[in-house]
Amino acid sequence: MSTEPVIELIEVSFSYDGVPVLEKVNLEVGKQDFVSIVGPNGGGKTTLLRLLLGLLRPSAGTVRILGKSPATTRHRIGYMPQHAHVDPQFPVNVMDVVLMGRLGHTGAFGPYRRADREAALAALEEMGMTAFRRRAFSALSGGQRQRVLIARALACEPELLLLDEPTASLDQAIETELYEHLYRLSDRLTVVVVCHDVGFVSKFVNRVVCVKRHVVVHPTSEVTGEVISEIYGAPMKIVRHDHETVEAFNKCISS
Amino acid sequence: MYQFLTDLQQFSFLQHALITGILASVACGIIGTYVVVRRISYIAGGIAHSVLGGMGAALYLNKVHGLTWLAPLHGAVAAALASAVIIGVVSLRAKQREDTVIGAIWAIGMAVGILFIARTPGYTSDVMSYLFGNILMVSARDLWLIGGLDVAVVLLGTAFYKQFLAVCFDDEFARLRGLKVEFYYLLLLCLTALTVVVLVTVVGIVMVIALLTLPIAIAGFFSRTLVQMMIVSTLLSILFTTSGLVLSYGPDYPSGATTIVLAGAAYLLVVLGRAIFDIRGHT
Repeated sequence: MSTEPVIELIEVSFSYDGVPVLEKVNLEVGKQDFVSIVGPNGGGKTTLLRLLLGLLRPSAGTVRILGKSPATTRHRIGYMPQHAHVDPQFPVNVMDVVLMGRLGHTGAFGPYRRADREAALAALEEMGMTAFRRRAFSALSGGQRQRVLIARALACEPELLLLDEPTASLDQAIETELYEHLYRLSDRLTVVVVCHDVGFVSKFVNRVVCVKRHVVVHPTSEVTGEVISEIYGAPMKIVRHDHETVEAFNKCISS
Repeated sequence: MYQFLTDLQQFSFLQHALITGILASVACGIIGTYVVVRRISYIAGGIAHSVLGGMGAALYLNKVHGLTWLAPLHGAVAAALASAVIIGVVSLRAKQREDTVIGAIWAIGMAVGILFIARTPGYTSDVMSYLFGNILMVSARDLWLIGGLDVAVVLLGTAFYKQFLAVCFDDEFARLRGLKVEFYYLLLLCLTALTVVVLVTVVGIVMVIALLTLPIAIAGFFSRTLVQMMIVSTLLSILFTTSGLVLSYGPDYPSGATTIVLAGAAYLLVVLGRAIFDIRGHT
């Protein structure tokens, strides 16, 4: 086993039509890291994610995923888009959604193979959704849908799991449950979560990547109210008590 | 009804009509399902109307320049495929201009068709059958072409089911899995174009959209997966085209219009039934 980083960004900059979105970003994420990418809206989170997926090319600098360019290692990434990206009324059942994760592995013609079905079932099992495999995707609750989309990403048999706001619009209890799932997954693969809520996820992740044009990486222990207000550029009361930090933080970003 | 059945054994044009309706329904159920879930029925509408340009041009070349091998249906295939490729490329390259381009192709196709037909002596009456369909005029030669198109559409539409499903559901994810999303999107539009041509012979240019969406919309109420939707909407479409043909035959109504009225009425009934059922269920 080599110890090369899973994600490596060297002096990466990106601009849309001359407007800089990210500047001189350096980042290294290793195997079995569980990292969250946080920052204000428009701060460059989504841009960073799209650079990692190879959907955007950096204006300057180098992006390496598993040691190579993202476009060539894409099939080793499991990706889960934001929930608003998927039409919840689409007539499709759970199994068929998860099977989409097998597209890179299966043949071009005809139906999926048996090996694909087994991989999809294993992914459903891992997310505790096996019993739902014949259900209509539209009949699921928000939290169940998110789990199915994570299962779809797992069906890719990825080495790196990228999730874009997996818990947006979910209530706190379900959010906790989902992060516990991801925490377990980070035992065997690298997990990167884009999220709006640093205080909460810092209980689970081992590093927080703060994106606001520049990128600052904090080990979880450093994430205090001070850091948070620095990221979001809003003054806020610093409350050291864990639970209250979360609340103050949530208030800060929702306002 | 009885008259239809006795005449059916006697007249080949009725047999052609019946077979055309069934063939069209299969393509309609499979491709229409993709069109509805991908929400591109407006694109299908643009393609359908541009078909008149191809039909008019083919008719003109046939009658005025003596290209007797060239049938309006050939022109229709060419125009539909050309429109599909243009709309597809524009929507992939410049998303914000998509609706403008569809509208332009829609109108220009019609205009070109009308001009050609106006310059073709003695054939203005054909316009009615292009616009509103005349399933009773399908010749044996047409039927072979329609059958060929149908086989192509059904084979490709089912062979690439998993790719089309992935592209319709979440094209970004499909791209990340290494799928050539642009290719499958253009292929889907081309299959839509061919389906539109087949449907034009049944219900005419103006009413294609109804047949391409109403049976699928009804099927959507009862289906959990695309496959179910395809099967149910194919059966419904066969029901509508066949009963449209049978019911219109005796009193000599236009069969295309009869088919669409049946499909529309069925859709309204299902929507109403649903609404009443829901109100009852909630009180």
